[in-house]
Amino acid sequence: MSSGTAHAAVRRPRFFTPGSIAVCAVAAVGAAVTLARFALGLGATTNLTDANPWGIWIAIDVACGVALAAGGFTTAFLVHILHRERYHPLLRPALLTAMIGYTFVAIGVATDLGRWWALWHVPLPKMWQPNSVLFEVAMCVMCYLNVLYIEFLPVVCERFRGRVRLPGRLAALDHPAERLLAILDATLGRVITVFVILGIVLSCMHQSSLGTLMVITGAKLHPLWQTPFLPLMFLLSAFSVGFPMVIFESVLASRSLRLPPEREVLSMLARIVPVVLGVYLLARVMDLLSRHVLGLAFDGSRHGWLFLTEVTLGVLAPFAIFTNRRLRARVGWLFAGASMVIGGVVLNRLNVFLLCYTPVHAGAAYSPAWTEYAVTAGYIAIIVLLYRFIVLNFPVVEALEHRSPLAEPSAELSRPVLKPHTRPAASRRRPLRPRPDRKISHGPTGSAP
Amino acid sequence: MSAPCASTVTSRPSSQTREPDRAQPTTSRRAFLGISVGATLAAPALAAAGEHASALHQDRMGVLVDLTECVGCRRCEWACCDANGLPHGPLHEYDDQTVFEARRYPSPNQLTVVNRAKSDQTEREPVHLKVQCMHCDKPACVSACLVGAMQKDPDGPVHYDASRCIGCRYCMVACPFEILSYEYERSLAPRVRKCELCRDRTRDGKLPACVEMCPVEALTYGRRSELLALAHDKIARHPDRYTDHIYGEHEAGGTSWLYIAGRDFASLGLPTVGPKSPAALSEAIQHGIFRGFAVPIVIAGLLGAVNHLTKEDHK
Repeated sequence: MSSGTAHAAVRRPRFFTPGSIAVCAVAAVGAAVTLARFALGLGATTNLTDANPWGIWIAIDVACGVALAAGGFTTAFLVHILHRERYHPLLRPALLTAMIGYTFVAIGVATDLGRWWALWHVPLPKMWQPNSVLFEVAMCVMCYLNVLYIEFLPVVCERFRGRVRLPGRLAALDHPAERLLAILDATLGRVITVFVILGIVLSCMHQSSLGTLMVITGAKLHPLWQTPFLPLMFLLSAFSVGFPMVIFESVLASRSLRLPPEREVLSMLARIVPVVLGVYLLARVMDLLSRHVLGLAFDGSRHGWLFLTEVTLGVLAPFAIFTNRRLRARVGWLFAGASMVIGGVVLNRLNVFLLCYTPVHAGAAYSPAWTEYAVTAGYIAIIVLLYRFIVLNFPVVEALEHRSPLAEPSAELSRPVLKPHTRPAASRRRPLRPRPDRKISHGPTGSAP
Repeated sequence: MSAPCASTVTSRPSSQTREPDRAQPTTSRRAFLGISVGATLAAPALAAAGEHASALHQDRMGVLVDLTECVGCRRCEWACCDANGLPHGPLHEYDDQTVFEARRYPSPNQLTVVNRAKSDQTEREPVHLKVQCMHCDKPACVSACLVGAMQKDPDGPVHYDASRCIGCRYCMVACPFEILSYEYERSLAPRVRKCELCRDRTRDGKLPACVEMCPVEALTYGRRSELLALAHDKIARHPDRYTDHIYGEHEAGGTSWLYIAGRDFASLGLPTVGPKSPAALSEAIQHGIFRGFAVPIVIAGLLGAVNHLTKEDHK
């Protein structure tokens, strides 16, 4: 790895830039406060009360985290199930985001748990409590996290196959390790569809159940959000935020890694978004009408305004942007539209778990402590750094694979010198699937769902 | 002043309540066993219908609080702390009336508290309200807990088992009465704290500590069914004294603690809770979606089919 960093300096963007160093600082503060939380307890590091037992660690780290990791299963559906191969370049970045995202959902949950060391109780059959919605969410998230790791294994295999160079005496294990990677790669190639399907089913299950979670709070949750159809709303909004998340992250990553944005693919992907947003909006409105509470949106209350913000900025505005062919063709608008959908879903989760959850007993309102913000910001920073590290060191972003635009023309020539960490020639790569993404321009353009 | 038939219900320790297990008559326990065996056999069918067999004992116990009798002496608070090994001062400190200035809620060190309701012009005496866990018949906390740390005893109490708890606090979010408190200040092993209806004392044939301590007839421990009859009787006899509402008869699907008072409960500070357990809807949704895992299996099948068919298309 050490020589790899030096090598990356030649060929790829550096890991450390002024921007990423700033992110490291946020991550360091977050990590320090996290240690304080485990040492001192929740009382010392949060403003949680008996009336507000869930704060931003649940609302942001867990509820928003799960929703925003929806890019993983939605893109897997598009590429693996519908075989829309032109979206293949987006698959691994989306998968990576989901994998890191869910890892930090799990870490976020553990941070919030009062008795985190007892988390292993959850999968024990003698502890099972199948009436609990949280039980279903927890089991699904645990399973899905493992499925995500398995789905990512081909990337690891690809990264190390033919290049296992263990240090010192461990070098004797190079050959067995290669064998293992070869077997793993071949096996995964055959069964990956099973895991993709499992991942999608598990995602649908817990994305919806995350909504069911708040049904039990009854009147504590404002009627604009409290509905027996909360699971459906959570599922549809997770569907709707999947592709915007992929667009958002692709634009940001291209920019950060100084690659040209994947404009055409993203633009095509963006066409699907309004369909899902439309179904989501329709479901939302029909539910409100059937419960005769739509009027509450316009009563001028804080809740009403939160609802209107969520729907206009988070659903209607991006709907307009993504249905407009001219706007959709421009990266800036794609990014703006995607950010709006993401903002809308984040606001929705915050509304349900925090802002529009009113305790029975009027007491001091909950406002997060700085330590709570520090941990949440720290985890987001670590997610960004991990993403950057893995993208720079594993075959995730195709454009970065073939040849970085930063690399000088002689990069190809210098390859033998840098052999251990240079990507093999494209023809030698053994991708899971053929990637006809380079045929985008003459692919069947009208067949997106 | 005191209710005429209170003595018939108040379960002062009797031969019956000294039984080793719980304060239940043997005949009823046998019936209960029969019910539970039947329920176990019928469980799959009932579960399939989205309903769950009620394992509640017919003779489950409860407490009736007559708020017109309560004088706000806070002796119950002292007795509660004493019985539960919580820090407390001498009894005379509980005569301090200044605590009524602010509204208090149960905390890890006070599992029950007495509040003085805001004065109503028509009343001569101030009204006091003792609050603690209501011990619901269909508790939301029990339904919410993913590791079964909250359990409903068939004979009434809702019990918290810290050895199972992982500290997610979903029970607190779910509780419609918002009565649970948490040991946030404990760093390593915080617990949820709540009234346990003195299940250890009643098992030994003793009264709950607060009931035993109460110097007036405000608290009556007994079979829930009999307490309801007593409350209805009181209301019928003294319609001028009581509003025609037993708080807890239907609230949240029925609770072990029952309240009667001279004015409406919302004005006293008890939350307005609907007649259905909050858990009924969420469980119906959850078991509806996942009944026999049919929906996930169908989705997986569809995905497999689509995967196969579109593959053919592209070839």
